[in-house]
Amino acid sequence: MNASAQGRQVDPKNRSEADRTLDRSFIWTTRIFAFGIAAILLWIGFQVGSQGIEALQEFGLGFLFTSDWNPPRSIYGVLPQIYGTLASSFIGLLIAVPIGIGTAVLLSENILPLSIRTVLVFLVELLAAIPSVVYGLWGIFVLIPFLGTVGRWLNEYFGWLPIFSTPQSGAIGGPGLLPAGIILAIMTLPIITAISRDALASVPKNLREAAYGLGCTRWETLLRVIIPTAFSGIVSAVMLALGRAMGETMAVTMLIGNSNRISPSLFAPSNTIASLLANQFAEAGGLQISALMYAAFVLFILTLIVNILAELVVLRVKRL
Amino acid sequence: MTSFSEQPQTGFARGSLNRSSNSPRTLFNNLMNGVIFACGALALLPLLLVLSYLLFKGFSSLSFDLFTELPPAPLDKGGGFGNAIVGTAIMVGIGALISVPIGVAAAVYLTEFSKGNTARWIRFATNVLSGVPSIIAGVVTYGILVATKIVGYSAIAGGVALSILMLPIIVRTTDEALQLVSQDLRQAAVGIGATNYQTVLQVVLPAALPSIVTGVTLSVARAAGETAPLIFTALFSGFWLRSLIDEPVASLAVLVYNFATSFDQNQQSVAWAASLILVLLVLIASIIARFATRSK
Repeated sequence: MNASAQGRQVDPKNRSEADRTLDRSFIWTTRIFAFGIAAILLWIGFQVGSQGIEALQEFGLGFLFTSDWNPPRSIYGVLPQIYGTLASSFIGLLIAVPIGIGTAVLLSENILPLSIRTVLVFLVELLAAIPSVVYGLWGIFVLIPFLGTVGRWLNEYFGWLPIFSTPQSGAIGGPGLLPAGIILAIMTLPIITAISRDALASVPKNLREAAYGLGCTRWETLLRVIIPTAFSGIVSAVMLALGRAMGETMAVTMLIGNSNRISPSLFAPSNTIASLLANQFAEAGGLQISALMYAAFVLFILTLIVNILAELVVLRVKRL
Repeated sequence: MTSFSEQPQTGFARGSLNRSSNSPRTLFNNLMNGVIFACGALALLPLLLVLSYLLFKGFSSLSFDLFTELPPAPLDKGGGFGNAIVGTAIMVGIGALISVPIGVAAAVYLTEFSKGNTARWIRFATNVLSGVPSIIAGVVTYGILVATKIVGYSAIAGGVALSILMLPIIVRTTDEALQLVSQDLRQAAVGIGATNYQTVLQVVLPAALPSIVTGVTLSVARAAGETAPLIFTALFSGFWLRSLIDEPVASLAVLVYNFATSFDQNQQSVAWAASLILVLLVLIASIIARFATRSK
């Protein structure tokens, strides 16, 4: 403090009214935008639901259980599409979950040096970055012919199993449930790997050290201590992947064959709700649009339930 | 490791710290290691297959004309996707213009001004919103903007659909970026008399800016590859962009979708070249985004 400053009085200025109003309105603006996100979610549900009302009144809940999709006669039922959505997602997860968790373990344990692990983590993320249409394009020209060869072999030796039987329509070397399921496996693998890896990495170190201290091998520790601890994270990863698989549109549309018939064979063409929308929306009119919106609402509710359950699992774990 | 061969004291078990490499436990351990190596290889195999096939098919069709010409009709020769690149850029730009301010403002509220339960539920809603299928976003935008004739099938409708998909990514990454800014900065700003908006706008946001930009880059990369929302809102067009509000607009992703199943070889080769460009764009954006966060 120099001498000239000693004589000065410093009055603490109160904030001006304008300043305070500006500040309050800033906070209010951010609050509105934040609540707006929840509002957008609700508005999406409302939009899809309200446009499907007409079809809901016409067909009621029977819409979900009938198989006839006949625009000229105005008869609509989405059971084949629901079956296709669930079956293709199930096949996709059946393949992606073991491989994804295995890869997650590989990337979270120190079997490989850190530099290699970093590169591999990045490469798995790249899988998620490839657009859906590119997967569909690749699927048409590479996956379907390859699965045709595999499928014919399976059909020859295991054709007595319903899932490998000869389809009534379509052909074994053509679009069907199997190519769609496999492309879904490829597309959901990065999600499962990334989230499972996070879950495995966040297991407390002292659990692992305690297990090693008791003389466990690496895999005894993994199977009896680490994976059970990270289990809810892995479950939420699988559910998020399921949600993504059910909503996946473009790759599936290009590979599933778009046939509105339920068939037990993996090689038969099928349809999902998302591909139904993608194919028919552009030329639909009147009641057909409403029926498509009803189907979209069903899809929205399905993915909403799966995503909410996944979030609840995560929230429950965080509270522990 | 040492092995104890002398007589141990009473009360301690005798044993070796070496594990026999033939014991079942070791064999199982090595087997499982092998299994997950196989899983890792299987996981990366599709990436290798897709990228190599894409390079192989797309590279041979690449030419400079592709960037300047319009999409070819069936039985045409040549052609390109010039208007599709412009369309994608414009629609992603509109999407970013809408989702970045809203997303950053929402994340600011979440980190700076909200308390416990409110924050939890809004984050919950954001995560659920990120799981909404992209086709539903397109269908909803169609219902709100196109069916009600507010705009026609247009770039604006496409941009709005894309913004619904970009919003959760931006909110989540900005939220994390803001949380990483140390409290010291905020407290120092308040200490010299800054108001809330001054602290946020002039201290916190600039500090978190690199991570926010990374998040925006990632969401732009995702939006550029989206097709489903655009087939209901922007359709496709064989012409250069003329209007933002009442004319369908071409985009790279929709071009690939339309031409992929075409019977015309020329259109197919344009589709492959467009896929290559699209994947290169998305990959470069992802790589840049990852490098930016890693160099901290």
